[in-house]
Amino acid sequence: MNTPTIELLDIHKSFGATPVLEGVSLQLFPGEVHSLMGENGAGKSTLVKIMAGLHQPDKGVLRIEGREAAFHSTAQAQHAGVAVIYQEPTLFPDLSIAENIFMGRQPTLRWRRIDYAAMNRAVSQQLSQLGVSLRPEDPVLGLSIADQQIVEIIKALTFDARVLIMDEPTAALSAEEVRRLFQVVARLRSKGVALMFVSHRLEEVFEISQRITVMRDGRVVSSAPAVEFTPDDVVRKMVGRSLDALYPKEDVEPGEVVLSVRNLRRAGVFKDISFDVRRGEIVGLAGLVGAGRSEVARAIFGIDRLDGGEVSIGGRSLSRHNPDAAMEAGIGFVPEDRQQQGLVMELSVLRNATLTVLGRLKRFGLVSQAQEKSVAAEWTSRMRLKGHIEEPVNILSGGNQQKVVLAKWLATQPKFLIVDEPTRGIDVGAKSEVHRTLSQLAKAGMGILMISSDMPEVIGMADRVLVMHEGKLTAELSRSEATEEAIMFAAAGQTASKS
Amino acid sequence: MMKETTDNSGAQWLRVLLNSREISLLILLAALVLITTALNPRFLSAQSIKDLLLNVSIIALLTIGQSIVILMRQIDLSISSIVGITAFMSGTIFVNHPGTPTVVVIGVSMLAGLLLGGLNAALIVWGRIPALITTLGTLYIFRGANYAWVHGRQINAADIPSTFLSIGTSVFLGIPILTWIVLLLLVFFSISLRQYRGGREYYAIGSNPNAAILAGINVNRRVATGFLLSGMIAGLAGALWLARFGTVDATAGTGIELQVITSTVVGGVAITGGVGTVAGAALGALLMSVFSSTLVFLRVPSFWQQAFQGAMLLVAIALDAYMAHRHAERLRVKRSHV
Repeated sequence: MNTPTIELLDIHKSFGATPVLEGVSLQLFPGEVHSLMGENGAGKSTLVKIMAGLHQPDKGVLRIEGREAAFHSTAQAQHAGVAVIYQEPTLFPDLSIAENIFMGRQPTLRWRRIDYAAMNRAVSQQLSQLGVSLRPEDPVLGLSIADQQIVEIIKALTFDARVLIMDEPTAALSAEEVRRLFQVVARLRSKGVALMFVSHRLEEVFEISQRITVMRDGRVVSSAPAVEFTPDDVVRKMVGRSLDALYPKEDVEPGEVVLSVRNLRRAGVFKDISFDVRRGEIVGLAGLVGAGRSEVARAIFGIDRLDGGEVSIGGRSLSRHNPDAAMEAGIGFVPEDRQQQGLVMELSVLRNATLTVLGRLKRFGLVSQAQEKSVAAEWTSRMRLKGHIEEPVNILSGGNQQKVVLAKWLATQPKFLIVDEPTRGIDVGAKSEVHRTLSQLAKAGMGILMISSDMPEVIGMADRVLVMHEGKLTAELSRSEATEEAIMFAAAGQTASKS
Repeated sequence: MMKETTDNSGAQWLRVLLNSREISLLILLAALVLITTALNPRFLSAQSIKDLLLNVSIIALLTIGQSIVILMRQIDLSISSIVGITAFMSGTIFVNHPGTPTVVVIGVSMLAGLLLGGLNAALIVWGRIPALITTLGTLYIFRGANYAWVHGRQINAADIPSTFLSIGTSVFLGIPILTWIVLLLLVFFSISLRQYRGGREYYAIGSNPNAAILAGINVNRRVATGFLLSGMIAGLAGALWLARFGTVDATAGTGIELQVITSTVVGGVAITGGVGTVAGAALGALLMSVFSSTLVFLRVPSFWQQAFQGAMLLVAIALDAYMAHRHAERLRVKRSHV
């Protein structure tokens, strides 16, 4: 076999105490499309960033055409011929397509003046070679993601990239745009470029890859020519782990419908979203990153504008769509990014926990300190929060911070609670506390919508699982139907072939 | 996906015009001049044109430095204090060393501005203090130091050689020398920002700082250069301030930083960076200056004039925000193929 264009050997990488990659080896060959698959959090993105020079491995060897190399910056990786195209391209929106491609290395005339004509001509040539009808002088602002990726690909081509890595390039593309991208990929293959394709879409992976590698929990579980796999194998290998009984969801007989959404639509983000959540029920909302789950939650809570559809709580339709009205109607929302959206980091636990209910604690227009304290104390003790309630939240651990966010929302005594990735980035102990609390809340009659990318969590906690794929609901699975395989198939936009 | 249907040619023509900030500024300027002249023909007399150009020149000069800084999503509030210090310093040189050549005085003034700009750059790039805070601080520090140093003294036109003062009074081909200097610099910086790799980096940094790093641009060095240039230009403006007014005390230039920023933004340099030209910013300065003359000629009570200037700024920004929002919404709906 010929030498691989790029080769990774026994790569290790940890962030803090969390190991992300544990001995990953991978080879990309010229003229071959190598697909990298794995669940959210399997370590794919980190691996890509190491090849891009954004992260440095803690241990392991990287070889370019047989020679050992080390990338300390993206510039070094580019220089070695490694180009990466991210799901969301990083371009200069205000500058022209041609300038984006040639920034920092524009062709020049006498006195080193930029030769715009030559630059535009070169880009124009590449554009027509790729069969794309864009004009080099047009600004990038306003280009679709697909067109922005084309700009990135041309940038890579003008660098003479020998390795082109595409991190979920098709996630935001329409079928037509995907077809065009694949034509470009085929052309690059014939030129001898080594390509890596990171994707969740099985169909596409099987369509274009010559080789497939499946990662799970920071390791390679399987790597072989594509013909040796079936889609079912890949899914099984991606999820293949035992479900631990960490999830104390108690069985509750669901009551009447508490939240009902009908035909929610936000142009370009999601559409036709209809579902109910009953009292005492935890409904899991699964899907891949970018499928539109958090966006649906934000729209229900009134943060993002809806282009159509209806949200009702306890049978009463919300007439106004804003967080105030949602809270008044009894909706609580624990956002995904605690630090940015959920907490005022400098304020004390007490202040954070009561932020949502200040209106209720007011007497003669002033907040009663004693009452504020008792509300905060009640919820923080129910959450078994460690530490003193006068301490600022930024000194707490991630798990305890999450409890403060929960306490803050529980103090509003919502009828319906949305939790977005409630246990991301927190330790196992705090995780089970959060799970226990959610379970208790459901038992007490609250309806809960839980967005989670953590498969065992979804399967363990949810009474019912909704799966989204590209802005649409693709499956509704009962507790008994909700296996990892079934969810992954629906999340990848496949019709389940149940085994 | 549907192709956008081409609008009728009239609307398209209008859009091209509106998209070129320089052209829409010129049209607005022409309209203002026409209206004011119709109401008061003295508005277009040689003397009032000269006064107008002299008034606008120093502000226009300062918009060059400010544009470079704002293009990178930064801001420089300290320029008015740098103008104040360097104007008094230039005068002091003439007082203490009569007969110093004009070129030397201007050179020293620019060097002093460069050093003060260097202090801003160091605090922003190494100290990681946001430019708004840094230059707000140095705005007061430089002005305070100036008061302490000047200590109530004053430079008078009698202390300044007439050759130096002539920069601010004589006319070449009907245009004041002062204005010629600014025009020359405008051409120089227009070419640098448009035609050279380094110039494009200012735009790249303001347009997307992360992408700039990925493109291998040395962002820190570029930001520092911007503040050094802004300081140096303010130093030049200080020397020219002395030439223009002859009389300088510790308050010289106070408050002009806001006029400069207003002009720059009205002239189409986006406060969020990445968009605009120095020519546009200079036209913005001219427009604001003509606008205030118009208000005078139309006998608008003086206490209303500032309010009108502020309204002008808000209209310009609101228009930008509206256009950007409409553009974004159109794109979102256009992409709604899911």
